[in-house]
Amino acid sequence: MSPVTRTRRDGTSRPARHRAVQLPAVVVLTLVWLALWGSVAPLYVLGGVLVAVGTCLVFPLPPVDLAARVRPLLLLALLGRFLVDVVRASVQVSRVVLTRGHVRNAVVAVDLESSSDFVLTLVAAMLSLVPGSVVVEARRSTHTLYLHVLDVPDAEAAEAFRRSALELEQRVLAALPPRASEEVPA
Amino acid sequence: MTWTVALDVAAAACLLTGALLALVAAIGVLRMPDLLSRMHAATKPQVLGTVLVVLGVGLRLRDPSTVALLALVVVLQMTTSVVSSHLIGRASFRAGQVRHDLLVVDELSEVLDHEEPRGAP
Repeated sequence: MSPVTRTRRDGTSRPARHRAVQLPAVVVLTLVWLALWGSVAPLYVLGGVLVAVGTCLVFPLPPVDLAARVRPLLLLALLGRFLVDVVRASVQVSRVVLTRGHVRNAVVAVDLESSSDFVLTLVAAMLSLVPGSVVVEARRSTHTLYLHVLDVPDAEAAEAFRRSALELEQRVLAALPPRASEEVPA
Repeated sequence: MTWTVALDVAAAACLLTGALLALVAAIGVLRMPDLLSRMHAATKPQVLGTVLVVLGVGLRLRDPSTVALLALVVVLQMTTSVVSSHLIGRASFRAGQVRHDLLVVDELSEVLDHEEPRGAP
């Protein structure tokens, strides 16, 4: 995705400027502030909003463009499956740690189908949180993730991991389908 | 058995399981052969371990403001561990701190060999 550009009056283009203070960021930062104080009294809310706006002004970030619709039921299924995966993989990694000193690993390349940065980030984060796999390299240009996977005895198992990673991407795409206008022809 | 007792028992179970996972992570750091394998052992069971310990504390204290703080702990733990594990893994791979004899499949080295070293991905 190339940066959004605006045209100046003299015809040259410049990168589009985004607003520093964005409502979602302010809301989230205010919630963090309230959680830290442990109180929702009006004075704390006011203080939280002030601190949030100040933080956004000092550390401006580009807005996160979700560019996706949300299917709540499939999103719940995605999260549930993710929790099951985390627990199962934790048990698996614990067993490997306790019973075997010698493990074989693999570095597997996963070519994602979607060209969205958001999906790439989400899949990478979820794969990282599941024990047994770490993202060692991510290529934004080709939408490829390179993962280091623990306890891979042979090439067959590496292939199985690649399939499971692509299935995770499909679940993400099903739960958060990209809007039609945002779809980029491959 | 009343509700409070049931919650206390659940809290104890969560705390113990979480502590056990943290112990396994520590053993893994000692036993695993190379850096990336150790990272798996150290960072991952610990995510579930932290969540379980925090859940146990929340079930025991049962106080809304504390639960909000604990939820913050979990969210920050999950977001930061992803970024830190990726950066450590990436840096170690590029610095050559990988035991290639332990790798069954390596699809990254062949790609990295063909490109000039540069900072940005």
